Amino acid sequence: MSHGPTHEALQHQFHSLDQQRESSTLGMWLFLVNEVMFFGGLFAAYIVYRSARPEAFVAGSHSLDIGLGLVNTVILIGSSLTMALAVHAAQTGRRRQLLGFLGATGALGTAFLVVKGFEYAHKWHDHLVPGPGFSFPGPLGGEVEMFFALYFAMTGMHALHMIVGIGLLAWVFAGAWKGRFGPQYFTPVENFGLYWHFVDIVWIFLFPLLYLIGRH
Amino acid sequence: MSNHIVPVRVYLLVFGALMVLTTVTVVVAYFDFGVLNNVIMLGIAAVKATLVVLYFMHVRYGTQLIPIVVGSSVLWLLILLAFTLADYFTRGWMGAGSSWL
Repeated sequence: MSHGPTHEALQHQFHSLDQQRESSTLGMWLFLVNEVMFFGGLFAAYIVYRSARPEAFVAGSHSLDIGLGLVNTVILIGSSLTMALAVHAAQTGRRRQLLGFLGATGALGTAFLVVKGFEYAHKWHDHLVPGPGFSFPGPLGGEVEMFFALYFAMTGMHALHMIVGIGLLAWVFAGAWKGRFGPQYFTPVENFGLYWHFVDIVWIFLFPLLYLIGRH
Repeated sequence: MSNHIVPVRVYLLVFGALMVLTTVTVVVAYFDFGVLNNVIMLGIAAVKATLVVLYFMHVRYGTQLIPIVVGSSVLWLLILLAFTLADYFTRGWMGAGSSWL
């Protein structure tokens, strides 16, 4: 079957580690296609309601903190960079670097969630969470509530993906700690990276669509 | 994914480009270009997403199968959006009332 030295990570149904890695990566991408469709539904709802009530979406967007949104964008893209560098460290067999970059990715991801938590707390305090306690001054109140329903649904699902991601990151970190990954086998690092970058891409679209409407 | 190792320099350049584009999108939001604001905003987001997919997610360096899967996900997303919007935006055309929401 396979030639050369076999690796403990090579499963019996694959000819080689390369074939195994390509299969795993393809599977990961197929999962991400599902995720694209999942978030696609939320984006479709956003387009429909924003087209119906553009002025309410502008009013709602103005009550979001553009500075915190920008800080979180920089944090999250930064975490994508450290994640890409983590994969690089795994590919080049640098275990300490791998642990460092995975740790940095987790720290940045946590920082993102903390900032998001402060934003949510602030919205709660300002009665901008949809439900019985919601109140928004002016005639657009009920329609702005729909903006915030979408805001919390979209950023909430995104944050949930971040929380799951940090859990998965802990598992990858544990594997790296035990020295399981190296130039021959780094599939879990690579595929977790794909997931993390996907979550980053969702935010790349959420940030302008939620925070940057009608700022002029 | 092949064994291709992307140089660190490329990752740093992509990160720099993403930061520049983020700055541009925030600055553009403060100017009034009418409908073009949305076009520019989504265009920049699409460029940023493409950079992440091609370099951070290694699609540029992988097997040909991966770009097909990625492309098909974009195609199906567009179908989802097109048919949903074709429904909502044409409600009321048949005289059953002008408002659809």
